[in-house]
Amino acid sequence: MLLRHAPDLSEREVTPRDLYLNRRHLLAGFGGMMLAGAGAAQAAVKSPFSTDETPTSLKDITSYNNFYEFGTDKSDPARNAGRLTVKPWKVKIDGMVGKPGEYDLDDLLKGMTIEERIYRMRCVEGWSMVIPWNGFPLASLLKRVEPQSGAKFVAFETLVRPSEMSGQGGFFKILDWPYVEGLRLDEAMNPLTLLATGLYGESLPNQNGAPLRLVVPWKYGFKGIKSIVRISLTDKQPATSWNIQAPQEYGFYSNVNPEVDHPRWSQATERRIGDGGGLFAKRRPTLPFNGYADQVASLYAGMDLRKFY
Amino acid sequence: MAIANLRIQPRFPTWPVYLAGLLPALFYTYQIFYGDLGADPAKTLEHAMGEWALRFLILGLAITPLRRELGIGLLKYRRAIGLVAFLYVVLHLTVYLLLDQGLDWPAIWADIVKRPYITIGMAGFVLLLPLAVTSFNAAIRWVGGRNWNRLHKLVYPAVLAGAVHYVMLVKSWPVEPLVYLAIVVALLGWRVWRRA
Ligand code: HEM
Repeated sequence: MLLRHAPDLSEREVTPRDLYLNRRHLLAGFGGMMLAGAGAAQAAVKSPFSTDETPTSLKDITSYNNFYEFGTDKSDPARNAGRLTVKPWKVKIDGMVGKPGEYDLDDLLKGMTIEERIYRMRCVEGWSMVIPWNGFPLASLLKRVEPQSGAKFVAFETLVRPSEMSGQGGFFKILDWPYVEGLRLDEAMNPLTLLATGLYGESLPNQNGAPLRLVVPWKYGFKGIKSIVRISLTDKQPATSWNIQAPQEYGFYSNVNPEVDHPRWSQATERRIGDGGGLFAKRRPTLPFNGYADQVASLYAGMDLRKFY
Repeated sequence: MAIANLRIQPRFPTWPVYLAGLLPALFYTYQIFYGDLGADPAKTLEHAMGEWALRFLILGLAITPLRRELGIGLLKYRRAIGLVAFLYVVLHLTVYLLLDQGLDWPAIWADIVKRPYITIGMAGFVLLLPLAVTSFNAAIRWVGGRNWNRLHKLVYPAVLAGAVHYVMLVKSWPVEPLVYLAIVVALLGWRVWRRA
């Protein structure tokens, strides 16, 4: 599965560096208004990790989102995320690293090869998509900031900006902001783990987590923290938002696992959004590690995945 | 039951109530064929039917308080509202069985016994069944007025089940299901308070 798509190097187009370095959000000048799919083109090289399954439509990927910072309805992010200013964007990298700092996103992207990774995405709610991300391995970034030898986990944080993120205000607190997520360092260094900057060859629409989001295709979608402003290396397992909210329902690992039901629904099957069947789209079996077992199952050798869900 | 000083008492027949009640169903039928039900059409329908069921059930519960507290006499339309509510519960259940689960009976059975929110929703449906079946004049006569009244008290736990089911199925604590639950609790609480 992994090698079936291995491209030979001659086929690999060289990323036109200045193209993505100079990329501008075309609409940034218009008061930060960014509409779905209105991103700037982003060159990307193909990846052997991509699936050959048919990608979900751009419309579905950008109109059916869980991004509670912009509201709890799946149509809220597409409606409300346009107001978010994503440029300039700073990412604080701190904790157990050799080169901590407050980095400008443009500087972090310098020298990174942007790849297209077509990944399956399985939501904990029982639906799935196939998404052509653009991005670069998290490992490339981590290596650059030089994790210290004692570092064992990576913690992530989403932006808090209630003036632009309508779901963060309001009387009822939906979640404890900021949204936080985390990975074990070996999970973070796995080549599948991606920091996404784009979608369908264009810069990331705001509702999908612009300008920088995590994609961990063998875990439930909520592990893919969006609009990241902070990455910290630590020696302790970091707190994660849904685990804080409902510890008996969402664990730290949250690997896709058809054998371990969510207490409120089965995880054995999933509905693929936009599947040919439309209204009568059949559920399909959910695969262990979302079909990425070959690449990641060894990370969990000897662990009881019912306990570490 | 007779209240002397009703301030508002519409006299129009009941068929417009049935018609109005069918409008959401017609709207979604139209959407299925010509419109856009979004990325996950089955879920859109499932949620819409569930929500309309709850709205009409709440409307049905509001009739008596409206009459006693505000002198608005809508008793004549209550049966229509109740039957429309039941229609949406049935549609909701149908969408679940047919479109959500694809008639995968083992999975459905597992859902009903293992998932408390489905168990409670199902309890709501089962409680409403005898009410729907006895909603015709002949049935009312056959059961007898007193028994019929007693039987129809089942609507209280049924609506409560529906509202609790909604709160239980969402992640986190969004406002909407809590608002529905608060309205149901208020309408039931009013009845307890009137008795006390
Ligand atoms: C008194 C009866 C019932 C009422 C009032 C009711 C009401 C609702 C409401 C309001 C919703 C949420 C809609 C939304 O999110 O906008 C819902 C969702 C749902 N209901 Fe019901 N329901 C009832 C019975 C049932 C039954 C009998 C079943 C199945 C056996 C069922 C299965 C579901 C499912 C699967 C969902 C969607 C869960 C998800 O988001 O995936 N309900 N219902």
